[in-house]
Amino acid sequence: MRRLSTALLLALAPSAALADGEMPQMDFSNPLTLDQVGWMAIIIVVLYLVLSRWGLPQMGKVLENRAAIIARDLAAARAAKLEADRAVALLTATLSSARTTAQAEVAKAVADAKAEAGAKAAALNTQLDAKLAEAEARIVAARNAAMAAIKPVASEAAGEMLLKLTGSAPAQEELVRRVDDALAARKAA
Amino acid sequence: MAGPSIDALGQFSLTTGLGPIGRAVNFTNSNEAMLAAAVIILGLFAIGLKAKALVPGRVQALVEVLYEFVHNMCVDTIGEEGRRFFPLVFTIFSFILLGNLIGLFPYFFAFTSHIAVTLALALFVFLFSTGVGFYTHGFGFLKFFVPSGVPGWLLPLLVPIEFISYLSRPVSLSVRLFANMTAGHVMWEVFAGFMLLLTAGLGVFGAIASVVPLGLNVALAALELLVAGLQAYVFAILTCLYLHDAVHMH
Repeated sequence: MRRLSTALLLALAPSAALADGEMPQMDFSNPLTLDQVGWMAIIIVVLYLVLSRWGLPQMGKVLENRAAIIARDLAAARAAKLEADRAVALLTATLSSARTTAQAEVAKAVADAKAEAGAKAAALNTQLDAKLAEAEARIVAARNAAMAAIKPVASEAAGEMLLKLTGSAPAQEELVRRVDDALAARKAA
Repeated sequence: MAGPSIDALGQFSLTTGLGPIGRAVNFTNSNEAMLAAAVIILGLFAIGLKAKALVPGRVQALVEVLYEFVHNMCVDTIGEEGRRFFPLVFTIFSFILLGNLIGLFPYFFAFTSHIAVTLALALFVFLFSTGVGFYTHGFGFLKFFVPSGVPGWLLPLLVPIEFISYLSRPVSLSVRLFANMTAGHVMWEVFAGFMLLLTAGLGVFGAIASVVPLGLNVALAALELLVAGLQAYVFAILTCLYLHDAVHMH
């Protein structure tokens, strides 16, 4: 029996709880029900005034300030990146121009050295040529002198040999002419 | 039969607070909770604004999240004009949110469970948005009740419907909040009462069995936390929607 009454009580508890009395929220005969609204109006107006005059503008300023700082930092970073890009471009250009300049310098130096060496060689050649020509001229002169010196000896020797063999000597002019012919024939051979 | 009974509605009854002074000026226990909500909101702002740090601390981050949440809600729903109404919407939202949350704690009064409170807030929103509508558009705001692009012979039917649906706004706005909060707190009280009844009726076995309503109350606590945030959000977003209608008329 006790069990049954407990179960019944449990089953009916929610409806019993609600049916027990009137809802305090609907009890408008209680002056407090409407008076709380008046006090709420005062509290909420004060809350609104303090929030709208002080709290919210201050917080808005904090957020705006942060947004501005972030935007400024981003702009600075972007500018720095542009600057770096420009520096890199400048560096690349400088490097490549320096390389071309250096290559031109090297080529010019090589060409200069070649030209100088060529000029020196040419000068040496002409000098040597001149010395050669001089030497040749000296040889020719020496041979001519030798030849000229050999002619009287030969004609005299020929005159002496003819005189011993035949007992008579041809005329001096005849002898010289024959010796010249003989020498010319030997030279030609 | 004697023993414990469930008094699910006693938690909503109003008394006077703040001692004899409150008794003299009818300052109620619900007003105490309202005062606590306002003090907590302003206290959060006071602490959050102390450092004004570029990288916010916990309290500052909390206030910033609240600020940006309501600000985005205003601007997204109302449009650029929403900035003007932002302090108002923020006040209403934070007041209701803190009221709902405070009400979740034992011995604290849930003032949003009083229809007089929610109806007063809803009527204010209703009258304010209507006033904004007439202020912005003059008597042209009455065209709001004439839906565009419908044949003329339907208008005698549609205009009263529009008008009645407009008038029902404060009712639905206030009853939604009041009913949600009241239902949650009644359920809590009923389940807690079950535990007392079980123990009184069934002794040790009842005490063990009351783990079930206890578990239900724990689950309800999570649900009520969700409802507390959700209903404050719903109230605020509907306020924004009504203001949008008043400003844009469509």
